[in-house]
Amino acid sequence: MVTETIELITPVLAVLVSLVASVLILASDKYPNIREGWTFLAAFTKFGLVMSMLPLILDGKIITYTIVEMLPNLPIAFKVDAFGMLFAIVASFLWIIVSSYSVGYMRSLKEHAQTRYYFCFAIALSSALGIAFSANLITLFLFYELLTISTYPLVAHIETPAAISAGRKYLTYLMIAGVSLLFGTLVVYHYTGTTEFAFGGIAGLELLPKTMLTILFVVFMIGCAKAAFMPLHAWLPAAMIAPTPVSALLHAVAVVKAGVFTAVRIILYVFGVDLMQASNLWLYMAYFVSITIILASVYAMRQNNLKKRLAYSTVSQLSYVVLGALLITPHGITGGMLHIPYHAFMKITLFMCAGALIVTANKENISEMNGIARQMPITMLAFTVGALGMIGMPPVGGYITKWFLLLGAAELDNMILIAVLLVSAVLNAAYFFPVIYVAFFKKPDHELEYKEAPLTMLVPIVITALISILIGVWPDAPGMFLDIVNIAVANVTGGV
Amino acid sequence: MTGFEIIINNLPVLTVVIPLIAGFLTTITGWIDRRLCWYWVMLTMFVVVLITSSNLLTVINSGTIYYHLGGWMPPFGIEYVIDLLNGFVCLIIAFIGLMVAIYSKESVKKELPGKTIPFYSIFLLLITGLMGMTITGDIFNFYVFLEISSLTAYALIAMGDRGDGLVASFNYLIMGTVAASFILLGIGYLYAVTGTLNMADMQNILPDIYGSKVVLAALAFFMAGFSIKIGLFPLHAWLPDAYTHAPSTASALIAGLMTKVGAYAMIRFMFSVFTPAFVIDMTRTAEILTWAAALAIIMGSVFAIAQSDIKRMLAYSSISQIGYILLGVGLVNVIGMQGGLLHILNHAFMKCALFLVAGAIFYRTGIRNIYQFQGLGKKMPVTTLVFLIAALSMIGVPGTVGFTSKWYLALGSIEAGQWIFVLVILASSLLNVAYFWRIFDNIWFGNPHEKEHIKRDEAPLTMLVPMVILAFLCIFFGFFAYYPLHYILEPLSNTLLGIMP
Repeated sequence: MVTETIELITPVLAVLVSLVASVLILASDKYPNIREGWTFLAAFTKFGLVMSMLPLILDGKIITYTIVEMLPNLPIAFKVDAFGMLFAIVASFLWIIVSSYSVGYMRSLKEHAQTRYYFCFAIALSSALGIAFSANLITLFLFYELLTISTYPLVAHIETPAAISAGRKYLTYLMIAGVSLLFGTLVVYHYTGTTEFAFGGIAGLELLPKTMLTILFVVFMIGCAKAAFMPLHAWLPAAMIAPTPVSALLHAVAVVKAGVFTAVRIILYVFGVDLMQASNLWLYMAYFVSITIILASVYAMRQNNLKKRLAYSTVSQLSYVVLGALLITPHGITGGMLHIPYHAFMKITLFMCAGALIVTANKENISEMNGIARQMPITMLAFTVGALGMIGMPPVGGYITKWFLLLGAAELDNMILIAVLLVSAVLNAAYFFPVIYVAFFKKPDHELEYKEAPLTMLVPIVITALISILIGVWPDAPGMFLDIVNIAVANVTGGV
Repeated sequence: MTGFEIIINNLPVLTVVIPLIAGFLTTITGWIDRRLCWYWVMLTMFVVVLITSSNLLTVINSGTIYYHLGGWMPPFGIEYVIDLLNGFVCLIIAFIGLMVAIYSKESVKKELPGKTIPFYSIFLLLITGLMGMTITGDIFNFYVFLEISSLTAYALIAMGDRGDGLVASFNYLIMGTVAASFILLGIGYLYAVTGTLNMADMQNILPDIYGSKVVLAALAFFMAGFSIKIGLFPLHAWLPDAYTHAPSTASALIAGLMTKVGAYAMIRFMFSVFTPAFVIDMTRTAEILTWAAALAIIMGSVFAIAQSDIKRMLAYSSISQIGYILLGVGLVNVIGMQGGLLHILNHAFMKCALFLVAGAIFYRTGIRNIYQFQGLGKKMPVTTLVFLIAALSMIGVPGTVGFTSKWYLALGSIEAGQWIFVLVILASSLLNVAYFWRIFDNIWFGNPHEKEHIKRDEAPLTMLVPMVILAFLCIFFGFFAYYPLHYILEPLSNTLLGIMP
């Protein structure tokens, strides 16, 4: 399939917008309203720039831009294809939502060091978009590291010894991942002379001996520790000590999605469908992530802290994405890729609800939430929408991705993987229904009055909940996620 | 000949002569007015930067420069040879010298009251020694400059912390003299068997007598001597004390340059006095060097983690970083060699910036213990930002100079089939994270209660400017490493290894 490439500077601008904003944010330290103004301005500009590229992508074109040839054959370059676009839209759109939510959350709790918070947030968003638009492994590595560094101050935000130690844990896992990713990149560069992603995988890798290939694959997968596969997941629950908007956007969307995005990039655009199939690596890795899918759900059931329960749920759901890419059938890949935006919208709703509970009712533990829906009906309704989506109940979006994943597994006649998907759906129900039950049907300990979170928080929650439903009832709306994913899948499977 | 032509024709020797004469004239300038010294040194260093850049450009455009002192033809007279290698190193010396000179104004005034004149005089003599070691093509002349640079360095270190500085300087004096004696013995041995002191001449004569025990002994003496001089683990014992107790300005200068020039000399002796075939195949010196370097990389970082004095930590980090340079050289392939040589430049930027930051923090607060750095992020935002950039560069984050040299070193290791060194390089990045992140935590995340009354109190402008320039270069060459690599290091590595591209 021949794809037309266009040289455009838009991806660079889209990445730079929030970097510029970060400087302005720092400069307006003394004026909170102006400071937040910059955040919103940057968020809208960023989303606008990303969307301006969408028509071209839907047309089947690819946008490229080389910034600088850092070392011979090692350019820092951007390439926007359908898959990158998918992640970019999710990250940049949700930044707008979370910015509004952040303002409400941070001001309600009168958090300290808010300038640093918005500053790092903006840089993290630049990194996420940089990852989405990377044309090669080295550019991806650059932004991958930048994302780790810029999110550390957010995790350690409250500066208590516990937060610092959680931050250290976060840093340790992700730095080891970074080094591992670099190692893989070095090996690829050494053997093929390039690190540029290609639709069918990087040419030349198939010549490597089988052991070498396996080691390389394992090294790369360790490098994707941001995707929180077990046993490399421990940083994610620990990072829940961060303020809730950080958990919502970064640890449910940007950072972890950067991890699975990288994993999918490596599986499909570095190794390629054919090589994955020929080497049988897909099957082993699929079993491996299946363990995470099941085990993380079991862990989630045991958490009483709502944010931690959501964190383990994220660990489990992320592996769906990777599993989808590993199924290497068009349906499987569609399911995996589609799960990136779908999970993002549903999980961010859930996290924002958890944050609203902290701000308004000062409750973090599920055991304290008896009848909380009487106090915060809208929040808990939105929570229910998100939870139903996670479980895979129509009409909320989640059932669509599960459907595609099951189709993919069925095409491969792999009973084990089908079983994993079904069992996981049951487990999801097992840890989300109790929360809903407690909130709606248990009698509160004392009389509760209606008191919702501030509007800056409530509106974002409602918007993402509605979108979660919308993408479930009308998934094939023109220009929506399914359209983009179809192009991406056609790219990697050669249009079959 | 017009006066201008005379100057142009004698540029190579002026690199050494100008700082030498200016060094003595400093006394007179200081006698007129103590405050003039700083301007005088700045002016001198600026001129030296111009001369060395011009030399390097000439070499890039029209090949190696041969300069015969007093018109005496080699091998009888002393010859200065400027090729890509020492043209490159000379420029680094001059540039770092200039940066430190700019920085020194306030720092010297505060840390060395009453010693301004001798300090600047010795400063220029140290530059003279380093320039001479680098530029000369004569092996005995090399020794003379080695002694000049060593003696001046002892003096500078002795000016530092009362008592400790003297002890550190004395330790260094003993170790340095042992090293210099080794080198002198080696030179004597080679002179005895070849009858010449000219490096190029020696390289031509030596291959016929490579079997000789005398030549082997000379090689051993050189390697041992230089290993002490550059503080290669486990011969590093003098280095941490010397770097820690020297005055801030001297630390930056010595840490940024002394070991680099030592590394340069080692490379020069291995590949331009002896031949690649001799050090690679016949004696396997290069291979031994890589293992020693790998050990230094790991051990230096491990020791650095245990330090609480920032200068001492940086000193151990230097021990680790010098390992990178030698690892690259010892890999003896073009890619690894480029990485090692590039790291001379990169490490000079990073480490000099870090020592300057340490000096600036000490200047404002009197603190060197990293556990007392709480709140510095608010107090000295620019200084700490420079620290952040230089430290990230040491860690090897892409987009900084530290990444490019690590990339080349790791690729070179793969090329040589030495996967273990790839792991060493990657592991050392993680160790770097471990020892720098403690400081980040203290600077920006310290105890919130203590931070409330902190006012902004930045270092003076003369200190900030060089730090910011160095930090900028750390990033600039992180993205544009192509220029030094393409124009200097790639042809240079080919020449050193005797490969015709």
